[in-house]
Amino acid sequence: MIVFIPLYAAFRKVPVYETFLEGAKDGFDTAINIIPHLVGMMVAISMFRASGAMDMLSSLIRPLFDYFGVPSEVLPLGMLRPLTGAGSLAFTTELIKNYGPDSMIGRIASTIQGSTDTTLYVLTVYFGAVGIRRSRYALKVGLFSDLVGFVAAIVICLFVFG
Amino acid sequence: MVNWIWLFFIVASFVAAALTGRMEALTEAAFEGAKSGVTVSLGLISVMVFWLGLMRIAEDGGLLRKLAAAIQPIVRFLFPDVPKGHPALGYIMSNMSANILGLGNAATPMGIKAMQELQKLNPDKSTATPAMCTLLALNTSSITLVPTTLIAIRMTYSSAHPAEIVGTTLAATLVATAAAILADRWYRFRSGPPAWKDYGGKGDSPRVRTGRPKAASPQSGAGIGPAAAGDGHPAGGGKGEAVV
Repeated sequence: MIVFIPLYAAFRKVPVYETFLEGAKDGFDTAINIIPHLVGMMVAISMFRASGAMDMLSSLIRPLFDYFGVPSEVLPLGMLRPLTGAGSLAFTTELIKNYGPDSMIGRIASTIQGSTDTTLYVLTVYFGAVGIRRSRYALKVGLFSDLVGFVAAIVICLFVFG
Repeated sequence: MVNWIWLFFIVASFVAAALTGRMEALTEAAFEGAKSGVTVSLGLISVMVFWLGLMRIAEDGGLLRKLAAAIQPIVRFLFPDVPKGHPALGYIMSNMSANILGLGNAATPMGIKAMQELQKLNPDKSTATPAMCTLLALNTSSITLVPTTLIAIRMTYSSAHPAEIVGTTLAATLVATAAAILADRWYRFRSGPPAWKDYGGKGDSPRVRTGRPKAASPQSGAGIGPAAAGDGHPAGGGKGEAVV
């Protein structure tokens, strides 16, 4: 792709290097524009985790998991996943390390981590880059699909590996 | 809604920290978060500069238009309000294929570029259009064929079958994406055509829609002309912050 695109364009008489620089300049501005958005979001998420608020919230939902016989160790991952990509990856690694990659917990954690993206990050970066402040229903849709993906990952794993 | 979630995070953190006596950790975490926000953005610079440079060549070379034409039917279903042959469609296509192939660092610049193209069609620069919400929904649930990072981690911890989660991941991601598309459709339908006729479809130039958003601030209203005429610079990029 890195070779094909410039070759094709050169064939069509596009001044490739100048065009590259022109587009690249946009990339820099865009990345800089994202900084305030990302800082604002990451501060809130980092505080949320460090204060123990997330643990409190997850202990409220835990009984529901016990009731359905789902390993509740994966619950914090479900809450972490939409908020922070790096954080949830670290948590998944932790679970895999402690319970083994081929345990049910390890498999469910891997599936959850792999099946959705970090909603809040995507929203912040994509909308931040163009200066959208009113995101309308986008966040609701993202979080809803995370929830569905989370439940689906658990059900599918219990079904396939159970 | 983002406002409320943000406020909730901060207030809940404060209350929880007060209860558990982690006030000091809270302050520290706030600055840690700020630092990692900047680190991530800076990390994005190299990726963005490289890919957007390359994609500009693809755009000028006419590749993007061809790509957009090829997948017209699927994308037209998902994005009925983007005019035919608009460059945004090409970027959306690139973004989707990069996601599917698991090229995360290529998907983000394409997605952002697609957003910027969609922003040119947007009459109210600070409010998301339905097309933008759809693009976001596709990206938050991101279909991934092979979760390479996870397979690598599983190998590190000596899994007997590191790739056994590929099937379950694909199934779960398909369910999540279907849910995202359905929810997006539902909200689109429920919100109806906005007052400023966002659902052009027929017109192939954003200028056709002259109706101004009622709630637009003077700044974003004035942005319509130049942004529509602009030829690839980040429309309204950063202007949102200036208003905040």
